[in-house]
Amino acid sequence: MQTAIGSGELPVGQRRPGFLGWLLIAPMLLWLLLFVVAPAAILLVYSFCQRDELGQVIYDFSLENYRRIFFDSETGKFGTSYITVFIRSVIYAGLTTAICAVAGYPVAWFIGRAPERWRNRLLMLVMVPFWTSFLVRTYAWMTILANEGLLNAFLQYTRIISEPFDMLYTPGAIVLGLTYAYLPFFILPVYGSVEKLEPSLVEAALDLGAGPLRAFQRVILPLTYPGVVAGVLLVFVPAIGMFAIAQLMGGGVDPTIGEVIQNQFLAARDWPFGAALGMTLVVLFTAAFWIASGRRAAT
Amino acid sequence: MVELRSITKRFGAFTAVDQVNLHIAAGEFLTLLGPSGCGKTTLLRMISGFETPTEGSIHLDREDVTHLPPYRRNVNQVFQSYALFPHLTVADNIAFGLRMQRLPKNEIAQRLKDVTDLVSLAGMESHKPAQLSGGQRQRVALARAIVCRPKVLLLDEPLSALDAKLRHAMQLELKRVQRTLGITFVFVTHDQNEALTMSDRIAVVNKGRIEQLATASEIYHAPRTTFVANFIGKANLLPATRLGEEDGLMRVRLAADLELLMETAPQQPSAAEMMLSIRPEKIHLQKTRPSAANVFEACVEEEIFRGAMDELTLKTASGLTLTAILANESATQESVHQGEKVFCCIHPSDIVLVRAGVM
Repeated sequence: MQTAIGSGELPVGQRRPGFLGWLLIAPMLLWLLLFVVAPAAILLVYSFCQRDELGQVIYDFSLENYRRIFFDSETGKFGTSYITVFIRSVIYAGLTTAICAVAGYPVAWFIGRAPERWRNRLLMLVMVPFWTSFLVRTYAWMTILANEGLLNAFLQYTRIISEPFDMLYTPGAIVLGLTYAYLPFFILPVYGSVEKLEPSLVEAALDLGAGPLRAFQRVILPLTYPGVVAGVLLVFVPAIGMFAIAQLMGGGVDPTIGEVIQNQFLAARDWPFGAALGMTLVVLFTAAFWIASGRRAAT
Repeated sequence: MVELRSITKRFGAFTAVDQVNLHIAAGEFLTLLGPSGCGKTTLLRMISGFETPTEGSIHLDREDVTHLPPYRRNVNQVFQSYALFPHLTVADNIAFGLRMQRLPKNEIAQRLKDVTDLVSLAGMESHKPAQLSGGQRQRVALARAIVCRPKVLLLDEPLSALDAKLRHAMQLELKRVQRTLGITFVFVTHDQNEALTMSDRIAVVNKGRIEQLATASEIYHAPRTTFVANFIGKANLLPATRLGEEDGLMRVRLAADLELLMETAPQQPSAAEMMLSIRPEKIHLQKTRPSAANVFEACVEEEIFRGAMDELTLKTASGLTLTAILANESATQESVHQGEKVFCCIHPSDIVLVRAGVM
């Protein structure tokens, strides 16, 4: 517990950074400026532009790209094709986050409560998948889930099923792939919170008559909440924009927003429209988090 | 109220608690006193339910609770680190146990008010633990436990994080709260002064066993083992040989030129060799030879000023070393200084026979 002692100085955390402080965060600011702010600004500008037949951007201000997202370009009526893509992506990412939370929290708890000498080894195991490219790992999943893949072969061999069962190129495969890819990003921040949780606090809850479930609800979850929030953000945000997994394991039939944006930039060469889709995603995210954090602060 | 029947607790090959029997009466203030690692905290954790004994059983109000989880026992604990919930206010911390019992709102409010008055926390209800001082946190931890009206309140070194002055004030306050509520207190500490000040009875724990269970005064004046004599207060521990009995007193030889008379103890040693304990303040020092039993001459080797008293190291002609404490009473009193010869006088009942402790 850091509190200011005596004198009128602000507590350490609230002091304004001096010259040295600015110098120390300068590389970080420069990085953000070059690789976050500048590209976002370029995209924002593009999203209001048009393109010619060759895919060159024409700097001609118009809201046409945003109109195309919500209205059918031929009939001019309200169209749901892109909204469906957005909703589908949110559902995939939401399911992924929910599964990561349910599967990842107990793992994080187990590692965080393990004897100290075990913790680093267990964390290593969580991070082992990162040692190979995630594309390679996704292809590995494809060989497992394919109709002539390992799982179907095994199920047919053991006569549990007689015909191959369609697993690859289904929404389930996408969610599985996303969950597999992002589970460590949920486990790590939650582990950080669990490890910092004083064991005697859990004991105090039990001692005061809270069963395991209520101790979790009233004490453990509120105190590890920052880790859970970080985990949710680290899984949900990248999962919604992830296109490679959706493309490889979903077969491209029902595309996600990540796939659509990628197509606009690479295949259709319609950068302004891709930019408009991207900006819409950013606006939706910002609004969602703003509402969520506002509601939390109010309670 | 609480009964431990031949409790043993092993952690792997290590025996933390070894065949302990203990009966704690209702409304009693019992202290488990011992050095760190002696098993006193493990004993407490078995009563609260955080540890299960390897052997033996625990009874609470005649009910066998050995295998009941902590949340099903009518026992509450004040933790060493207080373990206040940092995300809850003082009021929510205190009401936590009551809400777990699903008591009606108005009763919770009433009990909350009563207990905040009892431990002088009124006005702090909406503070978070981080905004409180050490003493206030201590009170919240106490309030949170007693508000549940447990049959037994367990306190695990609750005062060790406080400074000396505050600790003393809290000792008196704890004692007051205990008398007011009549709750059975089981208090764990390694601080002998704390134990002597507060307890009805003290159980001195060493190496997983209870070496002596008695009132504070009995523990101090009649320690049964060398460990107890040494751990509580200071003691001159002297090997001696039994010579025989005279007029109901026992004659013992401490050195070639030093024989003393002592009261016969109920626990007579079988061997002639034995260990005696003499408290430093029981050795009376005088410049002139008094006409009493048990008088011998010694030389003051060293003198240490301790404020209210002087601690003296005495050496007899045969080389026996003793520690004595002399109160710095007033200027009129004759003082004893380094290098001087003094006469030492010990009353036969102040010499206590002790067993070598469990080693």
